[in-house]
Amino acid sequence: MRRLAVTAIAAFIAAAAVWAQDGADPSGKAVYDKWCTPCHGDGPGKPGTMVLIQRYGDRLPALLEERSDMTYEYLQTFVRQGVGVMPPFRKTEITDSELEAMIDYLLR
Amino acid sequence: MPEASHLIGEDDMPLPPGVNERDFTAALGEFRRVVGDDWVFSSDEDVNLYRDAYSPFLNEPEDPVPSAAIAPQSTEHVQECVRIANRYSLPLWAISTGKNLGYGGSAPRVSGSVMIDLKRMDRIIEISETNHYALVEPGVSYFDLYREIQSRGLKVWIDPPDPGWGSLVGNSLERGGGYTPMRDHFAAQCGMEVVLPNGELLRTGMGALPGAETWQQYNYGFGPYLDGIFSQSSLGIVTKMGVWLLPEPEAYRRGTVSVATNEALVPLMEEINYLMNSNTVQGTLRLQSALAAFDDANVSQGWAADLQFYGPDKVVDAQWEHAQDRIRSRIPQATFIDGPKHRFPLSEEKIAGMANAVPLGIPGLSAFQFGAGENQGHLWFAPIIPMTGEAILEAVNVLSQALAELGVPASALIPPQSYFPRSIVIFVGFPITADTETNRQTRETYRQLVKLAAEHGWGEYRTHIAFMDEVMECYSFNDHVLRRFHEQMKDSIDPNGVLAPGKNGIWPARWRDQRA
Repeated sequence: MRRLAVTAIAAFIAAAAVWAQDGADPSGKAVYDKWCTPCHGDGPGKPGTMVLIQRYGDRLPALLEERSDMTYEYLQTFVRQGVGVMPPFRKTEITDSELEAMIDYLLR
Repeated sequence: MPEASHLIGEDDMPLPPGVNERDFTAALGEFRRVVGDDWVFSSDEDVNLYRDAYSPFLNEPEDPVPSAAIAPQSTEHVQECVRIANRYSLPLWAISTGKNLGYGGSAPRVSGSVMIDLKRMDRIIEISETNHYALVEPGVSYFDLYREIQSRGLKVWIDPPDPGWGSLVGNSLERGGGYTPMRDHFAAQCGMEVVLPNGELLRTGMGALPGAETWQQYNYGFGPYLDGIFSQSSLGIVTKMGVWLLPEPEAYRRGTVSVATNEALVPLMEEINYLMNSNTVQGTLRLQSALAAFDDANVSQGWAADLQFYGPDKVVDAQWEHAQDRIRSRIPQATFIDGPKHRFPLSEEKIAGMANAVPLGIPGLSAFQFGAGENQGHLWFAPIIPMTGEAILEAVNVLSQALAELGVPASALIPPQSYFPRSIVIFVGFPITADTETNRQTRETYRQLVKLAAEHGWGEYRTHIAFMDEVMECYSFNDHVLRRFHEQMKDSIDPNGVLAPGKNGIWPARWRDQRA
C-alpha cells in the first residue's frame, strides 16, 4: 500500500506538469490522479478510502484502482451525483470525455 | 421586487424570479454566443450539479436550485455575461471551484439564479520564488497551485485550508483560514481584478497604476482601500487575485503544553497570546480538551494546546524551549510534550504516510473524514470569540450546554482554534442527514445558536447561505447601520441588483423584501 501511495503522489505531480505545459486532454489515469486520489488514494488521511474500508472490510478492496466489480454506470453515477460527503463533480471540473477516460482506466 | 416564478426553464429548472421564459431563452442564447454552446448548462442533469451538496434542505422544496449555469473562460467573457444579466435583470451567483461545503457549496442564495462558474478560468499567471507571491484566476485550486510549485521545484509554500480542492480566490474572498503562519487568507491576498456589476473592469491597489510591477507586493495603492468590500460580497466578480506565499522554511516543529485544570487555561492563554503576538509561536493554535464529555461532571478535565514553529532548524528548537520556559515560569504545573519535527523538503514517502500534512503547506482532504460514511454532509456554525481563557471556558460551557439541551451530540463541538490572529473560532459541525425532520431540527437549532452566541457577543465569521440574514441581523450596532451602509453601496454600484442578491444578508432594493 505504501509503495502505491508514493507512486500516486509522483503521478499526481507528473500529471499536473504535463497538463500545465500543453493543456492536452489528459489520460484516464491522469484524471483519476488529479480528482480521485486525494480522497481515494492509499495511505492515511484519505476519507474515501477510509469509508470503503469501513463499508466493505475484507469483502472488496478499499482502493478503487484494485476493484473489478464496478460498471460504467456505477462510476458515472457516483461522480455526477455524489454519495455521502462526496460531492458531485461538475462538467467544468471533469468533462464528459475526461469522465469516460477515467472510467475506462478504472475498468481496464 | 421580482415575484417568485412558477414557470419552468428549458428543462425542469426554475426560471430566474421576475424573468419570463422568452427573455430567459433569449438571454441563454446571448450567453451561448459569448462562451460557446458547450459551456451554457440548462438541463436538469447539469444544473443539479450546482445545488448545495451538503444542503440542510436536502430533498426539500426550499433547497435552492439555479436556473442555468454559464462557464466563462476569460475576464472578457465574465464582463459580457454581467452585461447580458443587466439587460435581462437576471440574478447571477458566481462560484470559483464551488467547494464552499458546509456554507452552501456552489448553491445560490436565490433559487433561479444563473450560476457563473469560474472553474475554467484556471490560469496560474505568475509565481514569484524570490518575493513569495502568486497571481491566479478563480478556478485555480490549492491542489493546482501546489502541483505547479512542485513540478517547477520552487521553494515556496501555499497555505491550504482544510479543503484542498477549494479555490485560492474563493477561500480568500470568503475569508477562510489555514494552519501555517500565512493562515488568514484574506490578509494574505494582495491585489484583485474585479468585474463590477455594470461589466466594467477594476484593478485594486497598485493594479490601478498602469505599468506598476508591485500589484502583488503592496496592498494599498492610493486612496481608500477597496479590497475588503469585495470579500463575502455581492459588489463584483473577482477574476484575478494575488496571494502571498511562504518561503519554504528550513524546519517545523510542534510542541504540546497541557494544564490539568480549567483555571490554568486563563494564564496559559495569556502566555500563548504573548508568544503568538510576538511571532514566537506561529500558525494556527489548536486547543484540545475533554469536549466530548463536557458536562458538569467533567468540566475540569484540563486543556492541551498544540504550538507550532516554522523557521530555521536551530531557531524552532529555541522558540519551543523559550515557550516552555515562559509558560513554566507562570504555570509551574504545566507539562510539555515534544511533537514531531520536520526538515524540508519532505520526501514523497514521508508525505504519503502523513494523515494530515495541511499544516506543512501540503493540501489534502483529510478533514472530510468528519462524518464520512455516516452523513450526507455537514453544516458549520463558526462564531468568533475572544482569545482568552475566560472566554473560551464560557463559550465551551454555553455552547455545549445548549447543544445538550437541543439534543445535538457533544462531538459536534470542535475544539477551539485560532485561524485568525488575536481571536478564536469554535466550530460546531452539524451533520446533514437523509432524514428531513432531523435536518429541520438542525436548522432550528442553528438559528437558536446564532441568537444565543450574539447575546454573548460572539458573531459568526462566515455562515451558510440559509442563515445569512439571521447572522447579519445580529450585527446590529446603531440600528443596523452596517447593513444599511452595505445596501446603500449595493444600490449605488449594482442598481439592477444582478450580482448575488442576498449574499451575506445584503439585498439590493428590488429584492429587499426577500430578507428572511
